[in-house]
Amino acid sequence: MTMKQWLLPSLFASTCLFSIAAGAGPIEKYSPVTADRLKNPEPGNWMLYRRTYDGQGYSPLNQINTSNVKDLVPVWTFSTGVVEGHQSPPVVNNGVMFVTTPQGQVIALNAKTGDEYWRYKRQLPDDLFQLHPTNRGVGLWQDKLYLATTDDHVVALDAKTGKVLWDTKVQDYKKGQYLTLMPLVVDGKIIVGGSGGEFGIRGYVVAYDADTGKELWRTFTIPGPGEPGHETWSGDDWKSGGAPAWMTGNYDIETRTIYWGTGNAAPWPGETHPGDNLYATSVLALDPDNGKIKSYFQYHQNDSWDWDEVDAPMLVDLQRDGRTIKSLIHPGRNAIFWVLERKPEGIKYVAGWPFVHTDVWKGIEPNGKPIVDPAHKPGIGKRVEFCPSLWGGKDWPSAAYSQNTRLVYVPANENFCGGFTGEKLPLVPGQLWLGTKPEDIGLKVRWGATHFGELQAWDPATGKKVWSHNFPKSHLFGSVTVTAGDLVLVGGTNDRMFRAFHAKTGELLWEQKTNSGIVGMPVAYEVDGTQYIAVQSGWGVDAQRIQDALATQNDVGVENNVPQGGVVWVFAVKK
Amino acid sequence: MSSPSDQTRRTIILTALATAVHASAPRSVAAEEDAPGSDLRPQKADVLVFAEGDHAGEVITPQDLNPGGPAVRAWPKDPKTSVVRKGSRLNEVVVVKLDPAELDDSTRPRSADGVVAYSAICSHAGCPITAWGKAAQGEKDVLKCVCHNSEFDPRQSAQVVFGPAPRRLAALPLAIADGSLTVAGTFVGKAGAQQGG
Repeated sequence: MTMKQWLLPSLFASTCLFSIAAGAGPIEKYSPVTADRLKNPEPGNWMLYRRTYDGQGYSPLNQINTSNVKDLVPVWTFSTGVVEGHQSPPVVNNGVMFVTTPQGQVIALNAKTGDEYWRYKRQLPDDLFQLHPTNRGVGLWQDKLYLATTDDHVVALDAKTGKVLWDTKVQDYKKGQYLTLMPLVVDGKIIVGGSGGEFGIRGYVVAYDADTGKELWRTFTIPGPGEPGHETWSGDDWKSGGAPAWMTGNYDIETRTIYWGTGNAAPWPGETHPGDNLYATSVLALDPDNGKIKSYFQYHQNDSWDWDEVDAPMLVDLQRDGRTIKSLIHPGRNAIFWVLERKPEGIKYVAGWPFVHTDVWKGIEPNGKPIVDPAHKPGIGKRVEFCPSLWGGKDWPSAAYSQNTRLVYVPANENFCGGFTGEKLPLVPGQLWLGTKPEDIGLKVRWGATHFGELQAWDPATGKKVWSHNFPKSHLFGSVTVTAGDLVLVGGTNDRMFRAFHAKTGELLWEQKTNSGIVGMPVAYEVDGTQYIAVQSGWGVDAQRIQDALATQNDVGVENNVPQGGVVWVFAVKK
Repeated sequence: MSSPSDQTRRTIILTALATAVHASAPRSVAAEEDAPGSDLRPQKADVLVFAEGDHAGEVITPQDLNPGGPAVRAWPKDPKTSVVRKGSRLNEVVVVKLDPAELDDSTRPRSADGVVAYSAICSHAGCPITAWGKAAQGEKDVLKCVCHNSEFDPRQSAQVVFGPAPRRLAALPLAIADGSLTVAGTFVGKAGAQQGG
């Protein structure tokens, strides 16, 4: 693969790469983002995907809390002018907010007033085919921002002006390669993972130099010949076996280890790629200096359900079994709530249990390998039904962990099942390669279902569900954030609501109807002594697809009327 | 909700779409895509060739198509250079044979023996048009993008009849020459998505 780099001004020689930075900017006062600030972020800032490297999605701010959240009101909004799924957290650095939108736009805003400083608009290629038109945010380092794009580039922008500083082509979008994640920034390295599991790519994680865009290392998520794990593939299956790495990893500061999730094996039916298929549907422990795989854990082998496990596990110091466990916690798309341990010798299984109904697993072996029921495993030439659906018990939206309650809050989906008939089809680079016909893919509501979405609170120490809030007419497809004010914040439903729940009891304390459905990640931040809560509302991508499916099932009684269009909402307590 | 004994209710949803199956190997595909003229939009006098299946690469005649559908996917081909214009996915079209009496006044002049052709790229988000089947509302078969469930009526200039697509598919005028379908003009309308990526 040839990697091309454009360092300005030569960037603009490319006709399909054209950007505009416009607005009232530049930003006069900007706080450079350092390694120390990322390791120990100020309570009022949100500078990483989940605020902290551990991925907990926890804000220590408590000015807005269970006592006063009823007085939460919008203080400003901002229309992005873009449709489709707005999935990124509003990133905040000392009063400056950066939001990203589908189509690779970055908007810099005054986090206190909502005034626009500048906007970067990427002009994507006309022939780009995008099943997942979204972006999950910019990474921050020093005075630069880093954007991963759906035409498979990583772009460095000047944080003050939005001007392009470098632009690196990762791979070829025409071959089904694309990026949707927020880059992980570790010690001056910009680390991204590729999407494209539905196109038969070979997944990878790659690191770039923050200053130059030069590639530093690249680790394929499917081992090549001679590498450990290659024996878990047959023939040439490894070349197109999927295992995409399309969500931001988390980082263990103490051991300097990145934990990165991987996606489905390709194509979907396991019969087309015999073997356990390392490192698909796994978590990888990576060395940030060289990308070396230190360890791994595979959540399930020989994936046949499109159950990506790309949502990186949370790093939690867990009191369990009479000791402190340096744990990894991952409520999986495969319906299993995983508790793993970060040990010096590698990742070890601790416990696992189903958090939604599943008929695929008959149990878990002592080493953590799930035991599959072959009756619910799709294969070639036979239609197979399975629970949960293709979107799993929890898809990519993030769970959160509260350091106050020591509970994990999961945006789960219950009572959905799926099914399809596997087919062996030749791979054509750049064309979808699923191993089934789309008209054969189904979503089925379980008999007797009373609800679909579930906001669940689990005690990872005991494996007990503490509370659950159920949504009778909607799935739940949005990331969760929890605060020291004991508020659990989440959108994700088809009624366009943004909600706050009591973290200890699950009581619904506040809700606000927004312009669209929320698939964005809520954040909490503070400017000049005032705490704010922000989220993007902008329905689309898979949340929309599930909604489309629900709306066709007349006996469920769900209408498909969620409007699209992105708006940044910012709330504060009314004074 | 379906009872346990009921046939499973299936909804076309799509994390996915049909895969176009090309007979040629990836290496030859790449070579074709790099050929001069392969990225040009369909040109007047181009012939159409099957994009997939057992007859991939073969010139399409009206007799190759079943009246009433299904729609087939096709590439334009320069008859002089034999270059198939695969260099851009925006060049791909869907072709379907209909009863000429069903075609409206704007569609009929662009048809040939009842055969109509449209861009295979959905105007919503750029996904491929991969399905031909009964409309969500009504009894007619229509062109479908299963990515977000948009539907287009080929009898009425591929106007949107269901789903989020903001505008009709670009139309490709057709004619018959030497028994084969040929392109009679450039796309009418814009091939591609309004917003993607």
